[in-house]
Amino acid sequence: MSTAAASRPVQLRWLAHARSGDKGNTANVGLIALEPEYYPLLVKEVTVSRVKRHFKGMVTDVERFELPNLRALNFLLHGALDGGGTISLKTDAQGKVYSTALLRMEIPVPAALARRVVPKASAKR
Amino acid sequence: MSRLVRVAAGQGFWGDWLEAPVRQVQGGPIDYLMMDYLAEVTMSIMQKQKSRDARLGYARDFPPLMERILPDVVRHGVKVTSNAGGVNPRACAEAVLEAARRLGLRGKVKVGLVRGDDILPRLDELLTAGHELRDMETGRPLSDVRSRVLSANAYIGMAPIAEALGRGADVVVTGRVTDTGLTLGPLVHEFGWAVDDWDRIAAGTIAGHIIECGAQCSGGNLLRDWRKVKGMANPGFPIVEARADGTFTVTKHPDTGGVVNVASVSEQLVYEMGDPHAYITPDGIADFTSIHLKQAGKDRVEVSGVRGGPRTPMLKVSIAYFYGYKAVGTLVYAWPDAYDKAKAADRILRQRLADLGLEFEQILTEYVGVNATHGPLAGTPDPDAPEVQLRVGVRAREKAPVERFTREIAPLVLTGPPSVTGFAGGRPAVEEVVAYWPALVDRRQIEPHVEVEILSA
Repeated sequence: MSTAAASRPVQLRWLAHARSGDKGNTANVGLIALEPEYYPLLVKEVTVSRVKRHFKGMVTDVERFELPNLRALNFLLHGALDGGGTISLKTDAQGKVYSTALLRMEIPVPAALARRVVPKASAKR
Repeated sequence: MSRLVRVAAGQGFWGDWLEAPVRQVQGGPIDYLMMDYLAEVTMSIMQKQKSRDARLGYARDFPPLMERILPDVVRHGVKVTSNAGGVNPRACAEAVLEAARRLGLRGKVKVGLVRGDDILPRLDELLTAGHELRDMETGRPLSDVRSRVLSANAYIGMAPIAEALGRGADVVVTGRVTDTGLTLGPLVHEFGWAVDDWDRIAAGTIAGHIIECGAQCSGGNLLRDWRKVKGMANPGFPIVEARADGTFTVTKHPDTGGVVNVASVSEQLVYEMGDPHAYITPDGIADFTSIHLKQAGKDRVEVSGVRGGPRTPMLKVSIAYFYGYKAVGTLVYAWPDAYDKAKAADRILRQRLADLGLEFEQILTEYVGVNATHGPLAGTPDPDAPEVQLRVGVRAREKAPVERFTREIAPLVLTGPPSVTGFAGGRPAVEEVVAYWPALVDRRQIEPHVEVEILSA
């Protein structure tokens, strides 16, 4: 209970930046910590099962790889592109903006850090 | 020991900014200009053009671009590597030579022509010999779609590029050479790296990966602090300053826009990434978890520590085959109730398609402004949205239903929900769908067929 009370949900957009691309019907999202001290938090909280839940109904499977040297995680989102490449009818057939879709995800963050990273205007909402 | 070889990126894809190569050549000293033109389905587009006219089948932007920059290229001794040759590298090379002659550079330009990646003429021979060319994603054998294959090209590595440079080529024109080989080839040629010096091969490969998408590593499409990226009307395309030990610096010309920092290089490194431990190319395997990045001054990022591993016995093959047809139609609905009107229009459209008995493999509806890019993650739509674009796509194996679909969009303007506009573009076009079939082939089937020819202007 005490840890829950001391933490707050924060959208990944305040903790990381990201870029995505495609390989066939799989989109990848590279999630890069904005500061080195956020990386362990990403490793701990942005788990395969949470990402799978976040993209429920949009992807069939998720894989995760760690790149501590770039303080980055790489996610493979399988089945994300409606066939991918030229077959897909989607606006984002090549998964270019799956990156920011992942940044919508919220993870629990120590309250003090949350206060520091989330701009006041966004925190009120 | 501290000799630098500077490789500049001029094009990140077929259709990239045409001024970039000119500014790379004129904006400061470089040794090589690397221009990547080929994406997964580009080869099939080029094959189609070649089937209509045997003199085509390559990136037609390339020869006129070369005509613009050749005088500077010759003056400064810059060498050019490009896979603009597509499925007709010989015609592309000839067009460059003609451009050189028009400029009065007869005898001053040598073009290295690399061929042997195109296995379309050998496809049946390979299949008969037991090479099944199974789809790497689905596992299906190529025989399933053989009759519809439009192009088939093996990914060739850096070796023929290094060879062409060694034989005096000023401009190297290739077909399906890997994007990274266009940068690695010059480095192997300049530094004399052994082909099994896996760490350096991996370093040159990563250098190539960082700059192969042009300005996407120097401020373009950069998410971190995007508002702070300045001067993008004149984006500085990236330059790699490589050293013999395999370390290199990513930078750009002075007085250009954009930014080269750890964030911009990191975003490019993770772009299209699979397993970071094993980035596989024909030349070796690069381990992205070994890369060390360091900001070394304004717009300078130093890259070191790269480790690699031996190349695999297989080469990737990029096959394109005819799949069917698709079309996308759009209409814009205005406030009030924009989203509800768009949804009502979609229901009416789908009912009409069903009543006409049209059969599609898929009908996909997206609402631009509501959920087109992030789907359900976008949350509850704003009931007061000023407008919503209805975007409906269909795909079928036959042309007729798709053709008829394209005639069902306009009527909605007068026979559907109100406050609709944005139809000025007219009836949507029916597009042919050419699908991609990635496969693997034993490299011993390909490499003996790779040839390098040196042609003089």
